[in-house]
Amino acid sequence: MAASLRALRRRIRSTQSTKKIFSAQELIAGARIVRAQARVEASKPYAREITRVLSALASSASLDHPLLTERENPRRAAVLVITSDRGFAGSYNVNVLRRTEELLALLRQEGKEPVLYVVGRKGETYYSFRDREMAATFTGFSEQPGYEDAQGVGSALIDVFVAGEDDEDGGAGADGILGVDELHIVYTEFRSLLSQVPVAKRMAPLEVEEVEEFDYEREDRESGTAGDSGVPTSYEFEPSAEGLLDALLPKYVTTRIYAAMLEAAASESASRRRAMKSASDNAEELAKNLSRQANQARQAEITQEISEIVGGADALVSAGSAD
Amino acid sequence: MATLQVELVAVERKIWSGEATMVIARTTEGELGVLPGHAPLLGELAGGGVVTIRTESGDDVVVAAHGGFLSVTERGVSILAETAELATEIDVERAREALRRAESEGEEPEALEAARRAQSRLRAAGESV
Repeated sequence: MAASLRALRRRIRSTQSTKKIFSAQELIAGARIVRAQARVEASKPYAREITRVLSALASSASLDHPLLTERENPRRAAVLVITSDRGFAGSYNVNVLRRTEELLALLRQEGKEPVLYVVGRKGETYYSFRDREMAATFTGFSEQPGYEDAQGVGSALIDVFVAGEDDEDGGAGADGILGVDELHIVYTEFRSLLSQVPVAKRMAPLEVEEVEEFDYEREDRESGTAGDSGVPTSYEFEPSAEGLLDALLPKYVTTRIYAAMLEAAASESASRRRAMKSASDNAEELAKNLSRQANQARQAEITQEISEIVGGADALVSAGSAD
Repeated sequence: MATLQVELVAVERKIWSGEATMVIARTTEGELGVLPGHAPLLGELAGGGVVTIRTESGDDVVVAAHGGFLSVTERGVSILAETAELATEIDVERAREALRRAESEGEEPEALEAARRAQSRLRAAGESV
């Protein structure tokens, strides 16, 4: 009996100390969400402006940039998966990876060979455990991604995409590098504190997402003069429209990767906070049940001791009276 | 007096926005001043450049803007930069240090990038490069 009481007490102590870890994690994640949301907000003006510039450019330049043109016979598709570096985030990584598997299955069905690019240690472990080949992995910044991280990922993807332009059936083309014909991204969209949804999007060939407030530019076009590129438009371009497009498009792709990473970071913290909240609630519940059991065990022990003493005394008394 | 609505945004945050009478920037084609009523224009900013925004009160807001674009519309001017810093926030010592380091690294593309970034910060802070 005494042994089980000791065991119970030990379990209560360990449950309580894990609970401390959980609630600390919960608090940290809570603070991180606020910061991550602020970063998502702070990155929006740039994303909005670059989209506006690009749609203005797209409406006037002849769109034959490799990042914009659909390839005739797509064979390989790069998939960028954004997962977290650390666990303790509930179903966050499982959901992203499940969504990725769906996308991979779809791509294979369409006859394209998927090529994996993984952000985050958890995704890396998942695929390396399953012996799946990854073209590249990027780790160490999932919770607080900087623009430079997005640039690293972006340039790797754009390089491999541009290299895929001249690929022939199954083999590398003139440049000797086996590239890809499509770029996809899977990340977790931050809808609200309670809802984060894994989404898969195609990044290239690119569809420029139109901005809502576009009307004033139409006014410009009516009142403006023709640009020097020879295309009827109100804009002047420095350098040429094509040159600008070359410079802008990779940045646009990088901006989208950056935005996805920021959203994923916010989602990660939100999932972690939720997971940690339920974990610390569970730990508390468990500690409560265990201390009930421990109290019961303690009382049973006392009762037993008393009855042993009473029994012993009785035996002494009856032995004395027999004398 | 007519003014320009200017927005200067970097990737990670908005740097400055407000009314201005003139914007001076350098595109890959050359130095450029934008006054109210300028024809719509899209330009790529030259690497290591400085953007000067003259506000209504006549003060100059000087910004080190690296790797970006300038878009002029009827409504105003927006400047997009990969990295941008207000001149008043620039730490000259650190920028010098960064430039020295970048120059010692030689001809690597990243080192050249870093050198241009540092140059733009120094120029914005009013130092000679």
